[in-house]
Amino acid sequence: MIRRDLNGMTLLAFDWIFLIEKLVLIAVIITASLVIAMYETYAERKVAAWMQDRRGPNRAGPFGLLQPLADGGKLFFKEEIIPNSANKWLFILGPSLAMLTAMMTCAVVPWGSSLHLFGRVIDLQVADINIGILYVFGVVSMGVYGIMIGGWASNNKFSLLAALRGASQVISYELAMGISLIALLMMTGSLSMKTIVEQQIANPHWWNIIYQPLGFLIFFTCAMAECNRAPFDLPEAESELNMGYHQEYSSMKLGFYLFAEYINMFISSAIMATLYFGGYDIPFVNEASLAPNTAAILGVLSLLTKIFIFIFVFMWIRWTLPRFRYDQLMDLGWKKLIPLALANMLITAVVILLKNH
Amino acid sequence: MQALTQRSRAVDRKPLTLWERIYLPAVLKGMTITFGHMFKKRPTINYPEKTRPFSPVFRGLHVLNRDEEGRERCTACGLCAVACPAEAITMEAAERKNGEEGLYREEKYAARYEINMLRCIFCGLCEEACPKDAIYLSETFAPSNFARKGFIYGKDDLLIPNPKTQPEELAKARGEA
Repeated sequence: MIRRDLNGMTLLAFDWIFLIEKLVLIAVIITASLVIAMYETYAERKVAAWMQDRRGPNRAGPFGLLQPLADGGKLFFKEEIIPNSANKWLFILGPSLAMLTAMMTCAVVPWGSSLHLFGRVIDLQVADINIGILYVFGVVSMGVYGIMIGGWASNNKFSLLAALRGASQVISYELAMGISLIALLMMTGSLSMKTIVEQQIANPHWWNIIYQPLGFLIFFTCAMAECNRAPFDLPEAESELNMGYHQEYSSMKLGFYLFAEYINMFISSAIMATLYFGGYDIPFVNEASLAPNTAAILGVLSLLTKIFIFIFVFMWIRWTLPRFRYDQLMDLGWKKLIPLALANMLITAVVILLKNH
Repeated sequence: MQALTQRSRAVDRKPLTLWERIYLPAVLKGMTITFGHMFKKRPTINYPEKTRPFSPVFRGLHVLNRDEEGRERCTACGLCAVACPAEAITMEAAERKNGEEGLYREEKYAARYEINMLRCIFCGLCEEACPKDAIYLSETFAPSNFARKGFIYGKDDLLIPNPKTQPEELAKARGEA
């Protein structure tokens, strides 16, 4: 890293504080997403209960708030079973990969503007890479390996079939997701998530949802399918197919698979909020009029609020709709969403072309 | 063919309209229903903290009654054991000695009186069979224990507190305190 010295001399020096800054940020983000994912499990059960006129977990701690800890503790103490015929390395790699890909996506999400602390400007984003969205897509498509390797390594034909089912679902919906995103990228002209957010904050420009409602709808549906959430939870289908690709898993390895789903939900909510709902933009407030630190903190809170609303909608949909049949799923993905996304892309392209001429 | 009831309805097999095939309006409709349910009153009762009121004729765990002077009413006639369809009741009779008049109402009493709560079906036939008003089914229910042995209730579990010597306990057991 090249840093300009005060004397005007250019030194080739490594900015160690920068490294510490980023490490702290990474630690904070990982901890936060783990805690949020933990409490998502609690929220899921509570929301499910409310929607079914039940009370939900309320025994462990006040309002059952310690329930996720109890669940996690239970999973840790469960017997760890690795089937005899399973490929041990791949069997362990599967859940690790699922967890890894779920966590890796946090790196490019801009969680807020920047903090001014100790005379330094700290960006609340681990890495503002100019191919942010592409990176997200790359990592998300790696998530298929978590499913595939898990199913393959179990050496069980049903797990393998379930893994195939899951993988083909994820891959089919990634197409429509990518195409719906292209329409958005044509508008923003940038793949950097920070730039996309800043464009939405800039005053005459509204949030992208105003310009891309159909694109958002497609993106949202596909995100739900990518996260294997109901009504697209066919890879799991606990009621009729009994788990699926993680059939042979037990203890915390199973916990990791289930947990990765919740982290994915959190991250995809974050990405949707960033791409379509202005990221850390505070609605109806001009951030420039606030002190930069206040603006940054309020921005983070605003982003988190948007994320939580999305998570709630995810849960809300899960506890409303029944699961798709597999042919309906493929029908929706290939015959409805992809043509719609293509049409959306074409219309956006034409509109942009007409505006620029 | 004559229909047995008027409740049967012809199934509508018309193909879905475009509005229905878009699917989103139906999704939104479903979501409003589930959202509405979030604010409904929940029928669940937080059981150990709150209990449901029972009717006075509820058939819960048994109690052995005493008369106003605190004497045991049971005379170990065995009618309850005979009436019991589940054969949950066992007893041993004994003769009242001199000086025990304050303890037992009649000359004969139950030295041992046991009800196996795991066998009992809580039908209340013992209550009906008793000529001495000695056995009653209370409103307490759901006993819990770690061992089967704990479900065999003896006299010390069944007898109500003595109204003469332990009036507070009796009021508490009756739920009046």
